[in-house]
Amino acid sequence: MSKNGVKSFELAKRSVWCEAESILVCAVVPDRLMSGCFLKVHPRLFISGFCLFRAVALAMSFVEYSEVIQDSDVAIIYLGHNSVMPVKVQHGAQTQTRYGVIRHSSDLIGQRYGSKVTCSKGGWVYVLHPTPELWTVSLPHRTQILYTTDIATITMMLDLKPGSVVCESGTGSGSLSHAILRTIAPTGHLHTVEFHQQRAEKAAEEFREHRVSHLVTVRNQDVCKDGFGVMGVADAIFLDIPSPWEAVGHAKAALKKHGGRLCSFSPCIEQVQKTAEALTDHGFEEINTLEVLLRVHDVRTVSLPLPDFGPDCSAHPEPDAMEAPPPAPSQTSINIKTTTPPRELPGHTGYLTFATKPRT
Amino acid sequence: MADNGDDEDHYRIKEGDYVVLKRGDIYKSVQILPKKKVIFEKQWIFLDNVVGCLYGNTFEIRSGGGLQLQNTKTTESPPDSKVAGTDNRNIIDDGKSQKLTKDDIEKLKDQGLKGQEIIQQLIENSATFSNKTEYAQDKYIKKKKKKYENTVTVLRPTCRILAMMYHGREPGKICHLRYDTLAQMLTLANIHANSKVLVFETCAGLVLGSIMERMGGHGTVVQMFPGGGPVRAGVESFGFPAHFYETLHEFPICHLNALEAGILDTFAKAPDAGEKESNMTAEEEDVLPGADPQGDSPEEQRMETVSADDKVQDQKKQEEEKRREAKAQEKKVKQEEKQRKLAAAAARLDGRNADGLVIASRFHPCPVLLRLLRFLSPSRPFVVYSQYLEPLIECYTKLKEQGGAVSLKLTDTWLRHYQVLPNRTHPRLLMSGGGGYLLSGTTVAPEPPAGSTPSEEPAPKRQKLKATEG
Repeated sequence: MSKNGVKSFELAKRSVWCEAESILVCAVVPDRLMSGCFLKVHPRLFISGFCLFRAVALAMSFVEYSEVIQDSDVAIIYLGHNSVMPVKVQHGAQTQTRYGVIRHSSDLIGQRYGSKVTCSKGGWVYVLHPTPELWTVSLPHRTQILYTTDIATITMMLDLKPGSVVCESGTGSGSLSHAILRTIAPTGHLHTVEFHQQRAEKAAEEFREHRVSHLVTVRNQDVCKDGFGVMGVADAIFLDIPSPWEAVGHAKAALKKHGGRLCSFSPCIEQVQKTAEALTDHGFEEINTLEVLLRVHDVRTVSLPLPDFGPDCSAHPEPDAMEAPPPAPSQTSINIKTTTPPRELPGHTGYLTFATKPRT
Repeated sequence: MADNGDDEDHYRIKEGDYVVLKRGDIYKSVQILPKKKVIFEKQWIFLDNVVGCLYGNTFEIRSGGGLQLQNTKTTESPPDSKVAGTDNRNIIDDGKSQKLTKDDIEKLKDQGLKGQEIIQQLIENSATFSNKTEYAQDKYIKKKKKKYENTVTVLRPTCRILAMMYHGREPGKICHLRYDTLAQMLTLANIHANSKVLVFETCAGLVLGSIMERMGGHGTVVQMFPGGGPVRAGVESFGFPAHFYETLHEFPICHLNALEAGILDTFAKAPDAGEKESNMTAEEEDVLPGADPQGDSPEEQRMETVSADDKVQDQKKQEEEKRREAKAQEKKVKQEEKQRKLAAAAARLDGRNADGLVIASRFHPCPVLLRLLRFLSPSRPFVVYSQYLEPLIECYTKLKEQGGAVSLKLTDTWLRHYQVLPNRTHPRLLMSGGGGYLLSGTTVAPEPPAGSTPSEEPAPKRQKLKATEG
């Protein structure tokens, strides 16, 4: 069954059929059905036990995968190692890359995510479905941003999961916001506060484009003065502001009565010191500061030369007693697969201070 | 949206709940069962009293192992003496500064003194305490508190807590997967609600449980498991509601060849773990040729005709046979259930449209990765954990040769904790030496066979041989 030989429509038909079979066999209604290609069948259609197929083309979103690129999606163009760029897909539009032009109508729309696209100069790229991680490495910087290593640690240490209510300040370029939204969807909510008006507006616009705006409220205010705009609703708080200690009181007020988690990201140890003191004063517990760094291992084949020690004199003195193998034309080098560290890598991003607000 | 009294119940500890006991940095996962003895930090305790209390409550351990809810805020520091030395030039380690002997302290304990009171006694009977610097006094109290405080906090399990617990208590059971590495995996694999994730793990179920937590009961998880059955101890510790398990499917890896060849007969007897069972079922069926549920087999009719002498014995025999019949029936049902589950899991794999793949096992990751990667849609992330670097180098090399994956990255994380105290902030003296390695990447549409992908890796460079004396 060659995958390449099958037309995408046939693929779709087949996989929908497979899913339908699985329903019949196990007689349960799964909460999501997946199709091999661009068709999605909505689970509601199975509830009566009577299957009516209606193909719903699910659009790209940062919190749910889709199969096929559509108009007004945001796609990620993979140009090569560590080189990606986001593209707003539009009928008739073109995108210039170093390999040539990508024509959206013919090269992108209707193609499956993950396909190879040949550009006008003959070079090729892959077009990928957006994820918060790809967005982090391709988003337009308006501020310093948080990267995936810190984001991953923050997400786990704040106990985030679907349904969590999170308060964040500042929004910045929205790198962390997208990752939070991905994790708390489909039932959670993010309240994000940014004191810079343009940045707040831009973030709100991106959330709309990425089809996650139903999960997020963007507020343009100063968290140190005005707080998060909500009280007693949050499971978790994240602070990435110059003086987090001034926002600790507001953070406490925003957290649920039964408690929650807090994280403050600060590049300087003096900030950590002051924040930890403020957290202690406000009755936070389990205050813990850590630092996490990513170490990249580049895979390389290296050739290690062998030195020549001259003729082997330790051989048996009577040459006729031995088989006397002529000294084999010895290898002069050995190839090995190994890893090397990059010459330079980020040695500091920021300190992460976590704390638990107990029940009050 | 604000939480009110109504959902207070949600935060109460109930019988049967899986909870985590905590003291300092020590965690232990237990289920709340009546009159169940639990060993925590070399102490026998009973958890009956925590039922009805709130998650996050702290309890004092009483003699006999009973727990008593601690009054809020009894943990304030002892009255500060205010007398402190300037440095340690006059402190001599002669082992004589503490007047209380071990026996004295035991006596105090027997008198029912609380940890706090014992520490006060220790301070009062220390000849050098007032000569210590303020900082050293803090440190002394902290150390003694750790030794004599007899409390336990009951927490609701989360992925963070369980990952830290396993890493601290039994790292061998989770292939030495450190919690921050697990955090990277969940993020790099883009685990989220409403997706279909394949998992292959031998980490006691910790990785599977963490994935299920991040999916919140929405979507599909297929656990590919080696050997006789899936390991789920760690999943139980999460205490998920029952509906989470409806999203979880399992597929024995030993059926993968059959599945891929399209010859997986989901109605046949399972050859592996079910082997013993099915053999036994077969034997029993031999003994009871007409083992139909109605039970009016010719055998029974025959029994009616035998002589009265044998009747008692026959009755016994009959009962025995009925029991065996019931057992066989039960086994049959179980077997059918197993086949039904296998068929369900196979159906989910058949679409070859999974959204993510997570591998964390003691097996060589390379064959597992190459086989399971075929079940992913294009443009989907995957992540492989290994305690060792070399197998991941092999995975990387094979994937480069084979194609079908981009943004391959081989990484590990470096984690350092800090002590943060006024004027005494510095990295902790000990840090973890390593948390394991990750290979992550994204699938892409498979290459048409002809094309040769340009390698991202530069051609092997010949190491320049410096002119030596030779």
